[in-house]
Amino acid sequence: MLGIFKKFFDKFFNRLFRRKKKIKLGIYGPPNGGKTTLANRICQDWLGEEMGTVSEVAHETREIQVKEQITIKSKGKELTFNLVDTPGIATKIDYEDFLRYGMSKKVAKKRAKEATKGVIDAIKWLDDMDTVIVVIDATEDPYTQVNITIIGNLEARNIPVLLIANKIDLKKADIKRVQAAFPQYKVVGISAKFGNNIDQFYEELLNLAS
Amino acid sequence: MLTLQFVPYSEIENLNSSKRIKKILSLVKEETIVLLEGRLQKEEETELIQKTMEEIDDKFKGIEIGVIYPEVKDTVFWRKIQRRMIRLLLGNREGFTVIGPATIVKEIKRDPDKIQLLTEETKRKKK
Repeated sequence: MLGIFKKFFDKFFNRLFRRKKKIKLGIYGPPNGGKTTLANRICQDWLGEEMGTVSEVAHETREIQVKEQITIKSKGKELTFNLVDTPGIATKIDYEDFLRYGMSKKVAKKRAKEATKGVIDAIKWLDDMDTVIVVIDATEDPYTQVNITIIGNLEARNIPVLLIANKIDLKKADIKRVQAAFPQYKVVGISAKFGNNIDQFYEELLNLAS
Repeated sequence: MLTLQFVPYSEIENLNSSKRIKKILSLVKEETIVLLEGRLQKEEETELIQKTMEEIDDKFKGIEIGVIYPEVKDTVFWRKIQRRMIRLLLGNREGFTVIGPATIVKEIKRDPDKIQLLTEETKRKKK
């Protein structure tokens, strides 16, 4: 009970003095949704550099990555934040899945071990976020327990959420399905890889964070 | 052979979060699909994921989890309050939570009023 009160007051004072501290903008979602691709897009657009490596193999990002002092501008509004790219949250990790990509057993096991630690860290960092972008692969079924758990936890912590339906450049992408799964949230369809609709994303992000 | 174990809410209501999670995980690690009455709290769901990650090894690959939950839209104010009070006093007994070992349950799909478990066998058949 005391913990709940402590969290509430911490959050209250943090929000009260938000202008004085650095805003943490987290990128969350299941593995392979395109979180790091989006982080790279933001960093390329506003800093001219990349944030992390991307791969078709799941759990490429296995450590929290932070890029400080990014300022984005759109339609007269401005927002400065620290961008936090997190490992994909999953309920299962099987090293044998990595073997299919030609990894040795030793490398695959190491990757799986690092991935499990990454998931734990991503969840631990949830409490520190001021605003979160949840990246969902629009070609996949959005109604998964991982998505529901992430969004439900952000809601319980009163953290503003922007839902991104990523990979709209692919034929299978269905933004309406993502919107139907989470009707209470604003969903922006983008292609982080090719930059489709990225201006609307920045606009919505500024609206949400401000 | 699949083993399903029903866990009534009364079996977990007096346990704290870590004990609830420990109980669920120990059953799942015995290759049992747990059918839990009600649902875990949101924070408990993330704690379950964290604990699952800590336990993953060569044999235990994680879990699949799905919640089927009635989305009742109360339009009358006092009905909303009544439901919240019941939840507060008796716990969240509405709906069901299915938790299975990832080695057996490959995917859980919701419709959202029905739930489908895709097991290793069904995946193989699909291929």
